[in-house]
Amino acid sequence: MSALAVEAVAISKRFGAFTALADVSMKVAPASVHALLGENGAGKSTLVKCLLGYYRADEGSFLIDGREEIIGRPADADRLGLGMVYQHFTLVPAMTVAENLVMSRAAVPAVIDWGRELAALEAFMARMPFRVKLTAEVGTLAAGERQKTEILKQLYLQRRFLVLDEPTSVLTPQEADEMLSLVQGLAHGGSISVLIITHKLKEVARFADDVTVLRRGRFAGRGATARLGAAELTAMMIGEPQVPASLQRRGAPMAAERLRVRALRTAGDAGRPGLAIDTLSVFPREIVGIAGVSGNGQKDLAEVLGGQRIAESGEVIVAGETYTATRAEAQARGVRVLPEEPLRNGCVPRMSVSDNLNLRSFDRDAAGAPRLWLDGAAMAERARRMIAGYGVRAPSREVPIGVLSGGNVQRCVLARELDGEVQLLIVANPCFGLDVKAVAEVRARIMAARNGGAAVLLISEDLDEILELADRIVVMHDGRIVHQTPAAGADAQTIGAHMLGSH
Amino acid sequence: MSATANSKATAAPAAVAGAVDRSYPARRTLEAVAAPLAALLLATAAFALFLLALGKSPADFFDLVWQGAFGSWFSLQNTLQRAAPLLLTALCVAIPAQLGLVIIGGEGAFVLGGLAAAVAALPLDGVWPPLVQLVMAAAGIAAGGAWIALTGLLRARRGVNETVASLVLAYIGIALFNHLVEGPLRDPSSLNKPSTWGIGDANMLGPLPGTDLHPGLLVGVIACLLCWLLIYRTATGFAARVTGGNLRAAQLQGLPVGRLIIAACALGGAFAGLGGMIEVAAVHGRANASLIAGYGYAGILIAFLARHNPLAIIPMAVLLGGIGAAGGLLQRRLGLPDATVVVLQGFIFVAILASETLYGRIAWFQPRGGR
Repeated sequence: MSALAVEAVAISKRFGAFTALADVSMKVAPASVHALLGENGAGKSTLVKCLLGYYRADEGSFLIDGREEIIGRPADADRLGLGMVYQHFTLVPAMTVAENLVMSRAAVPAVIDWGRELAALEAFMARMPFRVKLTAEVGTLAAGERQKTEILKQLYLQRRFLVLDEPTSVLTPQEADEMLSLVQGLAHGGSISVLIITHKLKEVARFADDVTVLRRGRFAGRGATARLGAAELTAMMIGEPQVPASLQRRGAPMAAERLRVRALRTAGDAGRPGLAIDTLSVFPREIVGIAGVSGNGQKDLAEVLGGQRIAESGEVIVAGETYTATRAEAQARGVRVLPEEPLRNGCVPRMSVSDNLNLRSFDRDAAGAPRLWLDGAAMAERARRMIAGYGVRAPSREVPIGVLSGGNVQRCVLARELDGEVQLLIVANPCFGLDVKAVAEVRARIMAARNGGAAVLLISEDLDEILELADRIVVMHDGRIVHQTPAAGADAQTIGAHMLGSH
Repeated sequence: MSATANSKATAAPAAVAGAVDRSYPARRTLEAVAAPLAALLLATAAFALFLLALGKSPADFFDLVWQGAFGSWFSLQNTLQRAAPLLLTALCVAIPAQLGLVIIGGEGAFVLGGLAAAVAALPLDGVWPPLVQLVMAAAGIAAGGAWIALTGLLRARRGVNETVASLVLAYIGIALFNHLVEGPLRDPSSLNKPSTWGIGDANMLGPLPGTDLHPGLLVGVIACLLCWLLIYRTATGFAARVTGGNLRAAQLQGLPVGRLIIAACALGGAFAGLGGMIEVAAVHGRANASLIAGYGYAGILIAFLARHNPLAIIPMAVLLGGIGAAGGLLQRRLGLPDATVVVLQGFIFVAILASETLYGRIAWFQPRGGR
């Protein structure tokens, strides 16, 4: 078993009138770690799906160890020893690691001799540089362990070329470092070649030997990572020098408390503790950033404030009165929410862009009185204004919002939630999966809302984002608030330590 | 290897900002009409092969279906008569479906609506008939509405699966109906077929002027039109579609999800109950086992064929009514078993459900330009 050399030559792929890949070439040397870098929508996933037989390239060819191979379906990729670890896990949570591994084989015998299989698996594990407990149920493993299991599965299936699709997006920084070092070790040991799909420059610099950059479906550059700087890579990725977002923070927080959360408790799920927040306040013209490792209650807090989860006890007070997230309360007190994964949490994918832009206001007329009949003309006009104002790119405002790109969906949700008078804005991971330009735009809009007098609660897993935007930083761990500090002069190391639970 | 940057990559992508696809809404409507029509053609073709295998002429068969369903004034009336109750029971599926609920218990609401209507007329002997009919309608609406609202309540407040709950409640409703009709509410003079006391000839709904059609057809068509307006033109209907399209988004918008669910179920049940009332007041004159004729279940079929669009329910109900109406003629003239038309219905149903997967697949119908 030895690592494969994989080369893509002049690959093109079109979907209808849309060209996803145009004349893209890439060369992965055997026993190396190669990074495929690009922004969302650059065509990274399309290229890899062509390589693994999920799509058929319209033009171009693939060379595996120098031989041209036709990869028409996933089974062909299997046969050649090409495998992929997906961004979202593909293990069965209710089964053990051993069961998952055996089940993943192409030919599983009708009757499984578990004694023999387990012995074979133990022998396999013993040869591996890292291990996962075979009898553990996958559902009980932490994200990092699951990712390791996915990689072990590929090795167990004797893959010699492995694609990792955004492998660190669900891992903590420590887990990500550990996992990537292990993969690097495997590659440099000569047993596999690795292709990492990513948009994180830090990972490329630390773990990849070579890099290929795509931009908008085209080849944009390649080279040895040792010789490429971050500035050069960024220039290749976005095609123009990056303009640093100049976020103007204007005015100080005002005195009258806008949001107060008191003694809030929610039920925990699956062994995770629920929320236990004794007190949390946000003032007008202030951004309070909630930092924390994913899964420490931030999501529950956003859901309670957005009306998607019911608290067991405690109180949310907005502008001095109890707030239960009904539509009337949200409309009267100007409470808006930018949820994480906006398409899943804040939009109706099958309904049109225009309808989605009107979700906040379809039932009110210009004076704010309830309406029985929809006002089609006013809805169309509002949609037109928002599309123009936020630069949403859509074929028509009548297309289902689900066909738009992630950045454009986020622009739509921003336009809708920031329309009119915003008193309190709840924001959760607003820049997840967006490209560099969209990120700058979203952050500028949030800052502008703050400067306009809104109280902003920013929940983010990206500490850099919080340090950039927040006036005050609050750290959550295990559903509790464990640390608070003004953002000015805050120390990332101290915050990080609190995020990991050492207080 | 040195860094190389491809200058061509700065060229504009396939998508151009500001590109506008003006004809998309029209093409989308066309898609919604073309897909079921294509499915209908396919089902017909497949069924023709089935007939050839039986040694019968497909041409004769479809000619007879046409004659038996639409070819004469008599057969057209027969078709429309059969379609009438289906319009209302289909709404019992289509309205909750806007909220993403699959309610299949319309049969229970239909029979209980009929029973409530028959019973409501009994104490009103000698009262002005239009008033009696109004009270009967109100009773049917209330009984049917309450029955399906119970399913909505279980769903909204306790998270019970509405499909199973409505089906089980339909069985309970039918059992309750049988118990009452054969027991406490039985007219002792109904010997062979246990029935409630009659509502009286004076209280029967007469046919529409110039026809033998009972007014159920008109009520059904008006109900479908009103439901279309409710769903696509009112704020409440919009809120229901948002909830059905994405529950989490609806919650985030503070929409009263639980109340919408209960209201949609109640409204759907009310239409099924009204259908039962019309069946009693226009056809049977009393509540008995003739009401349990599968109208509620046929309504599920029609609602799915119509993709839960109330306007599309009208042609689909007429189509299925027509196929049913042609059954007798086929049996007599071609010597085919009665079940042959059920086979045709099955072909159509499967083809139209399969055509659901065509949506979004044919590039010509899809949005063009900037993304």
